[in-house]
Amino acid sequence: MKISYYPGCTLKSSAKNFEDSTLFSLQQLGVEVEELPRWNCCGTVFSLATDDLFHHVAPIRNLLRAKEQNSGELMTLCSMCYNTLKRANERVKRDPESLDKINKFMDNERIDYEGDVRVVHLLELLRDDMNFDMLRQHVVKPLRNLRVASYYGCLLVRPRGIGLDDAENPTVLENCVSAIGAEPVDFPYKNECCAAYQTVDKPDIVADRAFQILTSAQSLGADVVVVSCPLCAFNLDHRQKETIRKYPEFKHIPILYFTQLLALALGSSEKELRLDLHYADPKPLLSERGFI
Amino acid sequence: MKIDLSQKKVKDAFVEKVQEISGQNLMACYQCGKCSAGCPAVGQMDILPNQIIRLAQLGLKDRLLESGAIWICESCMMCNTRCPKGIDIAEVIETLRLILLRKRIDHVQIENLTEEERSTVPAIALVSNFRKFTS
Repeated sequence: MKISYYPGCTLKSSAKNFEDSTLFSLQQLGVEVEELPRWNCCGTVFSLATDDLFHHVAPIRNLLRAKEQNSGELMTLCSMCYNTLKRANERVKRDPESLDKINKFMDNERIDYEGDVRVVHLLELLRDDMNFDMLRQHVVKPLRNLRVASYYGCLLVRPRGIGLDDAENPTVLENCVSAIGAEPVDFPYKNECCAAYQTVDKPDIVADRAFQILTSAQSLGADVVVVSCPLCAFNLDHRQKETIRKYPEFKHIPILYFTQLLALALGSSEKELRLDLHYADPKPLLSERGFI
Repeated sequence: MKIDLSQKKVKDAFVEKVQEISGQNLMACYQCGKCSAGCPAVGQMDILPNQIIRLAQLGLKDRLLESGAIWICESCMMCNTRCPKGIDIAEVIETLRLILLRKRIDHVQIENLTEEERSTVPAIALVSNFRKFTS
């Protein structure tokens, strides 16, 4: 199996742990990943205005790159890239006139985009193209007794019709967690927004939200929280610094990309996990449990 | 607080503009409040999502454009998911931001962010913040 891959901006910097652990896991699962030779930022947020076609050019140009690679599918890892690429794609598929305008704007491209590339998230690849039973058979180190709360945030599951699972009660991450031998912990804040980009100018709001979300997971016995978005990861992990300053009773909890646990279960060494990029250090817990 | 209601305001071009840019039918709202009940950000909002829709129906432009709430919304889409009338409230709030941003009235002044603020947060945060809060 071979798939085109769109990393997006943050996967090459502060979310290198997300990328490295994914590439290792997919190699173990026999999936050949081909990164787009040229890609640009997707814009991170889908424009919600009806008259703002210009902001859909960036995501559509990336879909055109996949087409240039003769690929009918483009895989993303980041929830924001997934949402932006998929929504822009659905928008131009529904509205041929806007697609035509975007194609005319991109007059330096050799070919036109025709709405014919499918945007897939890694979780869909694991769930639908492979399935979790098959994943289970590849596990060499089941993460027994590790209690994992799955945090979806917003853009992986909303809006309906774009999200990859039920908008109110998604379960795909929990099923993935079970497949690698860990124990899923359900918690009520799993799809409550982390306050996203407010982290730039209103970090205080993020500290409140992180406190709410993480203490809820902790109260239900979670050892770690897994995410699928570099912005959620930053807000729930690195903003624990601000959280503990505001709420001294708060106790740190490691935040991991679900792919880091996947890589561990598939036999990775510590190298692919890039644990140096974390704020709340996952090492003591993972070594105490004998996983690293 | 005194609210000045008039036919003139309701029929003002502002209401039409909000409906056009957002692609939403404001008049579909019957104030059930589910949007505000599900919104994770209401704690910081001066007016709540259902009130934003009501004020928009009534054409109370100044009250809306002066509110802090439109900059607190983080487009998480919870309200859209729960609206029984199919109104995309996040789209309406985005429209209110855009009405100001298109006049070059920015919410975030990039030049005022400190070097530390700019270097601590990841690229994904900066790009999305500037997309939402600057012209």
